[in-house]
Amino acid sequence: MSMLLRQTGLVFLRSIRPTLHRPSVIIIGLAQPLLYLVLFGPLLRGLSTGDGDSWQWYVPGIMVQLALFGTAYSGFGLLPELRSGALERLRVSPVSRIALLLGRVSRDVTLLVVQAALLALVSVPFGFRAGVGPVLLGLALLALLGLAIGSASYALAMRLRQEYAFAPVLAMTVLPAMLLSGVLLPMNLAPRWLYVLSRVNPLSHVVDAERAIVAGQWGATSIWLGPLLAVALAAVCVTWGAWTFRQDSV
Amino acid sequence: MITARGLARTFSLPGNKRRFRSPARKVDAVRGVDLDVADGELVGFLGPNGAGKTTTLRMLATLLRPTAGEATVAGRDLRTDPAGVRRRIGYVGQGNSAGLDQRVREELVLQGRFHGLTPAVAARRADDLLDRFDLTETAHRVAATLSGGQKRRLDLALGLVHQPALVFLDEPSTGLDPHSRAGLWEHVRELRAEHGSTVFLTTHYLDEADALCDNLLVIDAGRIVAKGSPEELKQRVSGDLVVLTASDPVKTAESAANLPGCTELSREAEEVRFRVPRGDTALPALLRELGAASIQVDSVRTHRPTLDDVFRTVTGRSLQEV
Repeated sequence: MSMLLRQTGLVFLRSIRPTLHRPSVIIIGLAQPLLYLVLFGPLLRGLSTGDGDSWQWYVPGIMVQLALFGTAYSGFGLLPELRSGALERLRVSPVSRIALLLGRVSRDVTLLVVQAALLALVSVPFGFRAGVGPVLLGLALLALLGLAIGSASYALAMRLRQEYAFAPVLAMTVLPAMLLSGVLLPMNLAPRWLYVLSRVNPLSHVVDAERAIVAGQWGATSIWLGPLLAVALAAVCVTWGAWTFRQDSV
Repeated sequence: MITARGLARTFSLPGNKRRFRSPARKVDAVRGVDLDVADGELVGFLGPNGAGKTTTLRMLATLLRPTAGEATVAGRDLRTDPAGVRRRIGYVGQGNSAGLDQRVREELVLQGRFHGLTPAVAARRADDLLDRFDLTETAHRVAATLSGGQKRRLDLALGLVHQPALVFLDEPSTGLDPHSRAGLWEHVRELRAEHGSTVFLTTHYLDEADALCDNLLVIDAGRIVAKGSPEELKQRVSGDLVVLTASDPVKTAESAANLPGCTELSREAEEVRFRVPRGDTALPALLRELGAASIQVDSVRTHRPTLDDVFRTVTGRSLQEV
C-alpha cells in the first residue's frame, strides 16, 4: 500500500511538473467556465431556479461543468507519450499499473480543485454566496467526479490511441452529458422525455448534489444519491483505466 | 541471463466481420523462438524489418504477452513474475522515451526513483549519466528541444539509471549520424566492461552487428535461422570472394578451378570471380602458378564474407533487398 502511494506520488510529480513550470495552463483552463459565468450567468437572473438567488443555483453547476470538461480531455495528454516511447518506458519499469493511472489522474484532479476554488472565488462579486465548509465538501465531490471522468478519459485514450479517433468520441459523449445534466438551465423546464433522459444521466444527480451541498440543504435526497453515483462511477472507471494500462503486457 | 523456449506471438488483425463474416486474420509475428543468452554477453538480433525482432524483444521485456512458450529473463519467470523481470532489466525502445514536456535531469532522476532508488542516489546517477552521455548542458532543458542524437542518448541514459544486469536495446542507432553511432557503440561496450551487463540488441545494420556483438541471432519470418559469433556465421558462407583481372582470363579461370574448395567461379570479359575458403593463403599460390604460365595479372581484390552474405546464404535473399 505504501509502495502504491509512493509510486502514485512519483507519477503525480512527473505529471504535474510541466504545469508547475507553466502555471498559465491553470488560467487557460478557467477561460471557458469564466465565459459561461460572465456571458451566460446573468441571463438566469429572472428565471425561476428554485429558491434563492440564481447565482447560488448556477455556480455549483458550472463547477461540475468545469470538472467534466477539465478531466474528460485529459487523455489527450497521454497520446504523445503513447506514441513516443515514454509510456512504454514507464510500463517496463516496476511501477504498478494502478499508480501509472492514479498519478496522472491525481494531477488532473488537483488542477480541477484549484480551478474550481478560483471559480467560486471569482463568482463572489457576481453575487454568489456560500459557506467555506459547504464549498470544500462540494470540491470533494468534484474531485470524485474528476477521478471517474479522468480515468475513463485515459482508458479511452489507451484504446483509441489517435487524436482523430479520440476527439470525435469525446465530442459525442461530453456535450450530451453536459446538456443533459442541467448545468445551464433547470431541467424542470424540459418536456417530459427530455427530463427523463436527464434523470438517466448520472451527471445530473451529481449536479443536484453539488447544488444541495453548496447550499447546505442537508435533508435533500440528492445529497447522498449524487456522491453515491460518483463513487460507483469512480470505482468502475478506475478499474477500467488500470486494466487498459496493463493491456496485452505480461 | 535469458532462456526462452518456443516463444511465439500471434497478432489477430480485425477482419471486416460485418461484410464478409470472415474470421479475424492471424499473423504469426514470432513462431517459436529458442534463446540462450549467457551472463555478460553482448547479443545482436539481426534481421530485416518485420522479421519479428521487436516483437520478441517486447515479449522478453514484459510489454507483450506471448501466445506460447516459456522464458526466464534475468532469473525471473516471464509469466509468473513480470514485476521481478521489470526490476532487473533496462529497456530502450525504438521511440524516444523522455516525455517531451519534461526537463532532462528531472526525468532522469524520476526514472531512477521509479526503480526504487533513493532521491540522493538517483540524483547522483543522473548527474553521472548526463556527464557520460554529454548531456550536462541540456540538464534543465525540456526534452522536446533536444536534437535527435541528444534524445537518443537520453533514451539510453533512461534505460541505465538503475544499473540493470540486463539491457534491451531496440534498434539503438536508428536515425543517428555516423559520429553519434560510433559514440553509442562505445557506450554499449563500456556498459559491459564496467558493469558486466548483458546487452541484447536488435539491429538491421550489418556493420553494427558485426562491430558490436559477441553472438548473433539471425531471424527471418519469425524464426531464428542462424546463430553464432559473427566470425562463425561468416565461415558458413563458402569463403572469401576473389575478383581478379588477367591477360588470359580463360586460363586464369582454369587454374582457379583447381584451387581446393573453389566455388561460384565465373568469368566475364577479363574478370574472373570465385570463392575460396581462405583467400589470403590461396592467392599467393595461384599468383605463382599464373606467373609461371606467363599470364599477366592486372588486379586482385578479395572480400571477406559479410553478414549480408550470411543472410543470403541462409535465406536466399539479401538483407538490403528486404
